[in-house]
Amino acid sequence: MSIKLTPRTAAPPHNGVDRVTGPSMAGPAGTEPAVHVQPTGEVGPSAETLLPEADVVFELQELSCYYGSFRAVRDINLLIERNRITAIIGPSGCGKSTLLRSFNRMNDLVPSARVDGKILYHGVDLYAEGVDPVEVRRRIGMVFQKPNPFPKSIYDNVAFGPRVAGRRGNLDDLVEESLRRAALWDEVKDKLKSPGTSLSGGQQQRLCIARAIAVEPDVILMDEPCSALDPIATLKIEELMRELREKYTIVIVTHNMQQAARASDTTVFLTMGDDRAGYLVEVAPRSSCSPSRQTS
Amino acid sequence: MTAQTAANRPSAARSAVEAGLHSGRRDWTGMAAALVLLLTLIASLAILFVLLADVFSRALPVFTSRGLDFLGAPSSLNPEIAGVGQAIVGSIVLTIFVIVIALPIGITAAVYLEEYAGDSRFARFVNTNIRNLAGVPAIVYGLLGLAVFVTTLGAGRSLIAGGMTLAILVLPIVVITTAEALRAVPLTIREAAYGVGATRSEVVTGHVLPYAMPGILTGVVLTLARAFGETAPLIMVGAITGVFRSDPQASIADRLQGPFTALPTMVFSWAKQPQEEFRALTAAAIVVLLVVILAVNAGAILLRNRYDRRW
Repeated sequence: MSIKLTPRTAAPPHNGVDRVTGPSMAGPAGTEPAVHVQPTGEVGPSAETLLPEADVVFELQELSCYYGSFRAVRDINLLIERNRITAIIGPSGCGKSTLLRSFNRMNDLVPSARVDGKILYHGVDLYAEGVDPVEVRRRIGMVFQKPNPFPKSIYDNVAFGPRVAGRRGNLDDLVEESLRRAALWDEVKDKLKSPGTSLSGGQQQRLCIARAIAVEPDVILMDEPCSALDPIATLKIEELMRELREKYTIVIVTHNMQQAARASDTTVFLTMGDDRAGYLVEVAPRSSCSPSRQTS
Repeated sequence: MTAQTAANRPSAARSAVEAGLHSGRRDWTGMAAALVLLLTLIASLAILFVLLADVFSRALPVFTSRGLDFLGAPSSLNPEIAGVGQAIVGSIVLTIFVIVIALPIGITAAVYLEEYAGDSRFARFVNTNIRNLAGVPAIVYGLLGLAVFVTTLGAGRSLIAGGMTLAILVLPIVVITTAEALRAVPLTIREAAYGVGATRSEVVTGHVLPYAMPGILTGVVLTLARAFGETAPLIMVGAITGVFRSDPQASIADRLQGPFTALPTMVFSWAKQPQEEFRALTAAAIVVLLVVILAVNAGAILLRNRYDRRW
């Protein structure tokens, strides 16, 4: 995939990010959080191993998000790796969703929202002047908390993204492929013309995932995608995420510790300071937050 | 020990529960309140019904004796041959003016205010003023029409002046109802569209406008019914309340610049006539007006039910 954003001038990679490894916990709440970036076992045994730049999708540098004068998230330093599921977890109101929505400039839609610091996407600052948020969102797709299919046919739901991206002609194959990858094809192949809103909640959410992957994004952001779903639908979505990880980088916000343990490769813990701003406490591999690590 | 069923529990305990559940109280205040509310409802409906029945019974002889002739005949001082033909044509042309002028301007203005202007000081200022304009009495718009269209722009006491005045009158209402319909499209749908890389115009034309269309249509139809029934501003800008002759040879342009009347002004002028026969004609004209307006409103309800959307 070609990245058409402004090229970065030779800034050193991972500037300003402490690379501390090991499952150690963060310092006491209220102190400046130590940032632990844990290269997982597959990456390399050495604690000092730097991730190859190609494997870093997002690099957050001193990122703070504001709504007006209220600071919702403060001073986040974080690396997000390619083809991994990174879960962001933390208490209600600590800014998880705000943080996630800053990854594809969705917060631009909120008039008073702004960010401070940098989000480098493959080395390019997403908030630099001249970066087109529409192009950002084509590469960084999103699945929302509440399933939000368009009140159009299942087919049109999936085809909308490719169409606005300029795809013309017959999209049947693309629609089928996207629905297959979202593990929804078998359930809807005979009713592609019926409205997306007629599906069950879990199916709607998978339709939203199909809609997101139809534009061939690089990253999929998921904002508590299972919070409106029953346990069985939740498991289905989690299974799906594991499969999608082969092709996409996934960042998921969840308030569910078990889900983070089950589904993610890396877990990012946020908490809230006295000023109600969320800050990063720890980044841990899945093993350290789940006593019974599952193999996928 | 075997499982106890409800039936063989000690009966003393059961009767105590039974006594507790049958309190024997009656909610007299609640019943009285319900009765009063019901009576108010019946009274208001009864007044409306009596009025309608009175009008229909007066109008009936006109329709039975004249039939369709009454709907097509021009105005006249002779109650035997006077009809609402010119008035119906006038009302339809005025409505077309409203459709052609007020709807496009009103809907685009609302789209701008809701989707593009954001929460700027300017947008808030305009919004407040549009709401105030919607509350301005119709007669004031009549004065405006008289001053601006009839006199300053030189349209004279014509259909053009009348149509423009009605269009200006309903413009704020079109903006408000359209804006409300747009606002009813949930943010989540917009986010979904932005999330797959749609631009603002693609979000508006591809999603927000289509989904808001039923609401916009309903508002528009009700607006048209309102314009159809307006009287005061038309009298202000010089709708004929007496008799005039339409020249069947005149071109459309000439007719638009010529004298006109409309159903409500016709009712107004006939009601002033001294002859007893005009009472029946007035009632008949009211019936025509009511039928049109009720039909339009029914259409709005059908539209709303047909396209009712749940998110």
